[in-house]
Amino acid sequence: MSSLDLVNIQKSFGPVQILHDVSIALKDGEFLVLVGPSGCGKSTLMNIIAGLEEPTGGQLLLDSKDITQVAPAARDISMVFQSYALYPNMTVAKNIEFPLEMRKVEKSARAARVQSVAKLLQIEHLLERKPRQLSGGQRQRVAIGRALAREPKLYLFDEPLSNLDAQLRLDMRTEIKKLHQRLKSTIVYVTHDQIEAMTLATRIAVMKGGVVQQLGTPHEVYNRPANTFVAGFMGSPRMNLAKAQVVDVAGALSLEFQTGNGKKITLPLSEQFAFLKRYLGQEVIAGIRPEAINLPTSNLEHKDLQRPFVAKIEVIEPTGADTQVILNFGGHEFTATLAPDLALSVGPETSFTVDLTKLVCFDAKTELLIA
Amino acid sequence: MDKTPLTLAARVLLYLILVIAAFAFITPVYVMVVNSLKPLDEIRNGNLLALPMAWTVEPWLQAWSKAQIGVQATGLKPYFINSFLLVIPAVVLSTLIGALNGYILTQFKFKFADTLFAAMLFSVFIPFQIVLIPMAKTLGFLGLAGTVKGLIFVNVVYGIGFTTLFFRNYYAAFPNELVRSARMDGAGFFGVLHKILLPNSAPIIVVTVIWQFTNIWNEFLFGASFSDYTSFPMTVALNNLVSSSTGVKEYNVHFAGAFIAAIPTLVVYLVSGKYFVRGLMAGSVKG
Repeated sequence: MSSLDLVNIQKSFGPVQILHDVSIALKDGEFLVLVGPSGCGKSTLMNIIAGLEEPTGGQLLLDSKDITQVAPAARDISMVFQSYALYPNMTVAKNIEFPLEMRKVEKSARAARVQSVAKLLQIEHLLERKPRQLSGGQRQRVAIGRALAREPKLYLFDEPLSNLDAQLRLDMRTEIKKLHQRLKSTIVYVTHDQIEAMTLATRIAVMKGGVVQQLGTPHEVYNRPANTFVAGFMGSPRMNLAKAQVVDVAGALSLEFQTGNGKKITLPLSEQFAFLKRYLGQEVIAGIRPEAINLPTSNLEHKDLQRPFVAKIEVIEPTGADTQVILNFGGHEFTATLAPDLALSVGPETSFTVDLTKLVCFDAKTELLIA
Repeated sequence: MDKTPLTLAARVLLYLILVIAAFAFITPVYVMVVNSLKPLDEIRNGNLLALPMAWTVEPWLQAWSKAQIGVQATGLKPYFINSFLLVIPAVVLSTLIGALNGYILTQFKFKFADTLFAAMLFSVFIPFQIVLIPMAKTLGFLGLAGTVKGLIFVNVVYGIGFTTLFFRNYYAAFPNELVRSARMDGAGFFGVLHKILLPNSAPIIVVTVIWQFTNIWNEFLFGASFSDYTSFPMTVALNNLVSSSTGVKEYNVHFAGAFIAAIPTLVVYLVSGKYFVRGLMAGSVKG
């Protein structure tokens, strides 16, 4: 197992720049998820790591060795493709054996390896079948098995779950996580699904327009998003974003939201937000996660940091596990994730509280996190 | 569906046309077979469509091993063998080169790949006659004039345009991720072709082999132009048999000879005809 360093990777197709100066240092055993909307450059970056595309600039280091100019086969990296890419003319066993055969591994060693991989993935009973006789989930396992067979230094997963149906996707996600915990291997994983990113990653790189917007642990990315794009992209339902004025109300720094009809919602801030002083009198973008909005009950955590406000409920969406409430927060549609089975009704003004520990603020112009 | 008198009449007319067409196609075959099994006298005196009164296989034996071809009384046998010696390597080589070209043109993004393919396509539309003189010069230069090897060379060169077209269109629709995966798994340039592409090319290989086999087996002009009496292919020998100006015209032997010449392509078509139609459709839709 091994470390991977991407140093100032750039890629352009003619005049179109796909990747701008991407630098990521990955330690041994890390699970990096590249996540972002389509066209953000995540697949191109993965192909560059695989050696299937050449970067226009920058360096790739695997275990501190420069592999930028090394052919894909010689990189000691294996990849699981979105379409699984199983060889249709070969049985499952032959598919798993193929990378070993190409590397001239001795025959008995190959057979033993196929057996142990098949046992690990519980596909021993499928070894003599052809890929077309397998279900989607089974194909996925075989594709992973083929990647495991030659014990490479680095694994690449290119949206491996996107062709599976919803239930199977959850199961395979857990399988992949288990596999990582067991093998302690270094993995780079591409997806556009932020939940996959949150659940699997030890670190997430959120990408947009060929630029890494934020590189951090799932906790950091979720709780301290580097900018409004990351804030909106990670998390479902999305983070609520609204413009607010930083004002001084009787010596206490506060956020003031205009409601449009002359009224204001004012949230007095705590000491932790002292850094907002330099924005006094200016606008910022406030970000509030749906789960940071609660009903004012007595058993809330850190009571002194809850701030009350009043808003109209527009829609109530019970999901079973919780209730999604869309409320009119001073003209903005805010989503709140509340407990299930609440006696709420659409229409009247209702009291809520905001948990200040989960409030983040962004610069109104640069849209970057203010810290 | 209701059967109105009009649709019924249309149906009857349709079958009538089909039956007539079937007769039109089968009649020459019938005439060939029937007359190749008659003594010559019966053909001279009788009806071409009548069944033989005295059945005989003598014309077939004559055509196969005794008839006068050019100056020698060898029958068609040596030329039949010549044709096989020509067709098998020519088909194998042109198919392999077509597969190689298709692989390179689709899996490696290099400049002018499409231009190059268009240029190769052009060769499909070049009439045989145009290449005769340059080809004669080339064969002379290579020292292959008048040999079976020379004919193999000519037919391979002429066939590359077709085989490249077939394979290029088939591989253009081939899943790219399979090739990428094989490359990462360690397969080299020929490894990908040999282990991944060719084993998954059965339909297009069948199409190419039938196409090339039929064309090269039936090819006459190159055979007549670039071979001598030791290397004549079947078609040229048959022509010599039929059009020899000396002696009596032995029509029954000519019929038998023509049928012998047609047997290999007939067999190839009967054995793999359904793949041919299926493969052609697959290629055209996906390509």
